[in-house]
Amino acid sequence: MAIFDKFKALNDVHEQLKSVGQSPSSLLFDEIISPTEAVLNGRRTILLGTNNYLGLTFDDASIEKGIEALRGQGTGTTGSRIANGSYDGHKELERELAEFYGMKDAILYSTGYMANLGAIGTLAGRDDYLLIDADSHASIHDACKLSDAQVIRFRHNDPVNLAKKLERLADKPGEKLIVIESIYSMLGDTSPLKEMIAVKNKYGASLLIDEAHSLGVMGANGRGLCELAGVEDEIEFVTGTFSKSIGTIGGFLISNVPGLDIVRLASRPYMFTASLPPSVVATARQALSRVPGATELRTKLWDNATQLYAGLKNAGFDLGPQVSPIVAIRMQNPQKAVALWNGLLEAGLYTNLALPPATPSGWFLLRSSISAAHSSQQIALAVELCTRIGRELGLIPCPLTQGASVEMMNVGTRRKEASEDTSIDKDEAMAQA
Amino acid sequence: MADKRSSAGNMLEDPVYLEIVQQLRPHAQATANISPDTIILTDLGMDSLAIMDFVFDLEDALDLTIPEHRISEVKSISDLVDAVYKLQEGA
Repeated sequence: MAIFDKFKALNDVHEQLKSVGQSPSSLLFDEIISPTEAVLNGRRTILLGTNNYLGLTFDDASIEKGIEALRGQGTGTTGSRIANGSYDGHKELERELAEFYGMKDAILYSTGYMANLGAIGTLAGRDDYLLIDADSHASIHDACKLSDAQVIRFRHNDPVNLAKKLERLADKPGEKLIVIESIYSMLGDTSPLKEMIAVKNKYGASLLIDEAHSLGVMGANGRGLCELAGVEDEIEFVTGTFSKSIGTIGGFLISNVPGLDIVRLASRPYMFTASLPPSVVATARQALSRVPGATELRTKLWDNATQLYAGLKNAGFDLGPQVSPIVAIRMQNPQKAVALWNGLLEAGLYTNLALPPATPSGWFLLRSSISAAHSSQQIALAVELCTRIGRELGLIPCPLTQGASVEMMNVGTRRKEASEDTSIDKDEAMAQA
Repeated sequence: MADKRSSAGNMLEDPVYLEIVQQLRPHAQATANISPDTIILTDLGMDSLAIMDFVFDLEDALDLTIPEHRISEVKSISDLVDAVYKLQEGA
């Protein structure tokens, strides 16, 4: 039908992916066994791409709380809180979130995507300016479409470029809201937060940070990059999600700015969608209560991340710039990227295949996300499989192929370099944990 | 700033046009034919990421900011020249 003609290019890519193996958007798991294992096409498969950072999706206490709420309050709220009213759990979870972050107020949204849509799209109005990082998540770009503000991009993680943009706006009236992410979802790199805050303060702007990938992951109490950097008092707005470390679904906006409550009445993604079901709220509350004390889980998560990053780097893969619970192999050849992803699936390892334009700099990415629930044996197996298939595809050097004598001469040097790199990465990661 | 604009029909000597062409070269396909009527999205072999990088380079070169909605209104290079002059005039 003609109405679908505009999707031809997209469909061609999808068909091409299917013609050489699986398509990421069509995968169907037969069974989910645990936070780190599933059955896919009849094969037991390690899950290394589910953002389940603390591994809490099968947490007994969360499941019990969810069942209790299901039995006590039913399966859903069947409407928005503006129309149908709030449940006790919604208000309690908002209170607990504000307390957890040490901020005045919190507003729940039904997903993390909608939290960004609702927060960014509402906070910046017609005469305001949104300054967004060039590598922003799709939810931030979509929020900009919802906002009437003028949207200005700055170069990824570049405070100097941000300062230039703000300098040019210095004599313009209107609020300036900078939007950044703590950990960027494709390469796992973190924002230079202190430098960003210095620029924000210099030009009298406000800052919203999306802590989606750092909640539970960074900081002594798991509050994210702002806690780790010791700058929580200098942040105006934080958004986040329950769909990663918290192991369920939902999103939130937190702030110390007085008067946040009015956003509920102006935020269309809050007003015109059903609120979170009681069972989801109950599981989120239980999981959130575990985060401050989950030091061992955070340590294990960063140990696993360091093990995977070091293993893949030593094998010769081109990775993102730093150790992170997101580890991405960067490739320029789309056929090899697709072949690596398919080869790993066939070998029993599930990762994410990320393609341009959703990726920075046009890279083809094999993206992994690590969990505290992974065993070191699972991580070792992941490294082994990536290395074996990466060599078969010519993505990384094979020590036993031609030129072996030269390779042998280089091994000592390369091992030494890798060892040095690894020690630096490990130190950074442990500091973060 | 409007007085810097070349008279109509003389786009090939316009300083903004020449700057745009210079900044486009590293991002466009080597064989791409660049003229005022060139459609940036389709005629230069550039994807959306390459276009974003080109815009950053152009902003630095001209010391101005091109907001998203202005970029989305631009189709041809001559559209971009017009958009730059309007921004320089404060419109």
